[in-house]
Amino acid sequence: MLSYIVRRVLYAVPIAVGVTLLVFALLHMAPGDPVNAVAGPDAPADVVEALRRAYGFDKPLPYQYLLYLGRVVGGDLGVSVATGRAVAGELAQAFANTLVLALGAAVVGFVAGIALGGVAGWHKGTVVDHLATVVSLIGVSVPHYWLGMVMVILMAVELNWLPAMGMASGDAPLFGLEQVRHMLLPVLTMAVIPTGIVARSVRAAVGETLEREFVQALKAKGMRRGAVMRHVVRNVSPTIIAVLGLQFGYLLGGSILIETVFSWPGTGFLLNEAIFKRDLPVLQGIILMLALFFVLLNLVVDVAQAALDPRMRRT
Amino acid sequence: MSDPTPLLSVTGLNVAFQTPRGTAQAVNGIDFTLARGEVLCLLGESGSGKSVTLRALMRLLPEQRSRISGRVTIAGEDLYGLPERRVEDLRGKVVSMVFQEPMLALDPVYTIGAQIAETIVRHERVSKAEAGRRALELLEKVQIPSAKRRLEAYPHEMSGGMRQRAMIALALACNPAILLADEPTTALDATVQMQVLLLLRRLQAETGMAVIMVTHDIGVAAETADRVAVMYAGRIVEQGTAAQVLKTPQHPYATGLFASTVHAGLKDRRLDAIPGAPPDLTALPPGCAFAPRCARRREACDVGQPPKIRMADAREVLCVDAVAAG
Repeated sequence: MLSYIVRRVLYAVPIAVGVTLLVFALLHMAPGDPVNAVAGPDAPADVVEALRRAYGFDKPLPYQYLLYLGRVVGGDLGVSVATGRAVAGELAQAFANTLVLALGAAVVGFVAGIALGGVAGWHKGTVVDHLATVVSLIGVSVPHYWLGMVMVILMAVELNWLPAMGMASGDAPLFGLEQVRHMLLPVLTMAVIPTGIVARSVRAAVGETLEREFVQALKAKGMRRGAVMRHVVRNVSPTIIAVLGLQFGYLLGGSILIETVFSWPGTGFLLNEAIFKRDLPVLQGIILMLALFFVLLNLVVDVAQAALDPRMRRT
Repeated sequence: MSDPTPLLSVTGLNVAFQTPRGTAQAVNGIDFTLARGEVLCLLGESGSGKSVTLRALMRLLPEQRSRISGRVTIAGEDLYGLPERRVEDLRGKVVSMVFQEPMLALDPVYTIGAQIAETIVRHERVSKAEAGRRALELLEKVQIPSAKRRLEAYPHEMSGGMRQRAMIALALACNPAILLADEPTTALDATVQMQVLLLLRRLQAETGMAVIMVTHDIGVAAETADRVAVMYAGRIVEQGTAAQVLKTPQHPYATGLFASTVHAGLKDRRLDAIPGAPPDLTALPPGCAFAPRCARRREACDVGQPPKIRMADAREVLCVDAVAAG
């Protein structure tokens, strides 16, 4: 098991390096000279030249990449063109805000999805199953930015129960009541899709596992419902963990719409702003961080799967 | 064997499944009994209802999709009259099963040792440590090499023969009175088949348990059985002692079946396949199900079910041609 973990971590290294390479290339694939973007279109030639030297753009590309890699490893992601602040700092704050939202949505969505799918799979073909299938289908089909706006209209504008947007003011405790009230609408909106997808995956996995011969064999040796359920859970968990990992990744990366609708100052919100302001260093930083997070997430998922299923440790 | 009440008795057992094409009559009114320590072989082609019968004896058939009638009595208890929890107590403790394909029947993510030990803990008041020790003994009993190491092995880490031995050890974990074996050697290599069969025979002799072995292999029946029941289209068409049924079969199907199988001593004989195919279980004929393939078919065969005739040597044959005891 330990050797598997070591091998898996070693596999992640070239992937992470590849990510930095792509993000670095992004800068040079963007139309126009990166220096002009910083200096502005009317800057005099000697200023442009000085900037070029200051940023190292006069050096050959491989050397520039190494310089970039060195800065990234040292935690320096450059300076935002729009605000003049360090990208690393802005990003850390935004990422923390997004993480709060994503974790909340993950807890709600995963618990609801597993419960819904588990019950449906265990009672396949019954009324409960059909009901759960309808609910999860609605979950995956409803556009969540639309749902977000409907929730705002209903809960904030009409009923005035919950705040419509933003986080609680800066000094409010992170999981205090005020913050939770602000989180409720975006979290519930975000949780809808993972609920549906997780429910469908769990239902399929549980239903398929119950059809397998070893379940008959467990009954044949007298195991009761609870024990059979334990075996089924253990068998489906590697599959489910893969789905959960993927969904958590989507929650982190794909929250642009939700964060925009609810004005939540997370990475999605920041990304949206950076795109409109052509703030290349911020853009680079966000993409790099989300990509590296995905690499890490996949690593965790793979190790967890191997811990649960001995057959996966061989590869 | 002076005990007058049999360990297991089956009377008028019927099993039908709801399928998209209609109702499949998998088992159609079979009767048999099993005495303590007796080995009974259910012999027949695939689809003849052998495996379904076996699962019906443990009440393992899916309740929603199957319709079961008749009576199954195990150690005096009416199996289909019992509450589910009582049936669960019987399974693995009084009756246990060896499955055809151990790779599918063992849970892939639990070790062999854990799977045996949990069965023991389920049925007996013993600690986990004690159950683990018993699991080791069982693996040694079924002659798994370096048994101690194998306790920690997962099913995919073992060979086919070893997996089946482990499956047998699991089935024997609580010293059942009845062992049901569903084609236990079919999934194995020819060389390993014989070893597993000999192992089963030795364990049966040692423990004195009764065994019902389902097989389509006449060699297996000849090797192990005290009594043989030949099944066709969900009916037992002939049953008697192994010597009677295998040496001088009376039912035309049994005669044809044994003639169509190559085995020792008959090597040079032509393989006489029975013409035709087994009947569609969703549309059984009103008369004898074998009649369409039978060389001795007469008008009487198609009129109604053939009578069960008890012959002079006490065997039972389901055929109008059989000669009843005088």
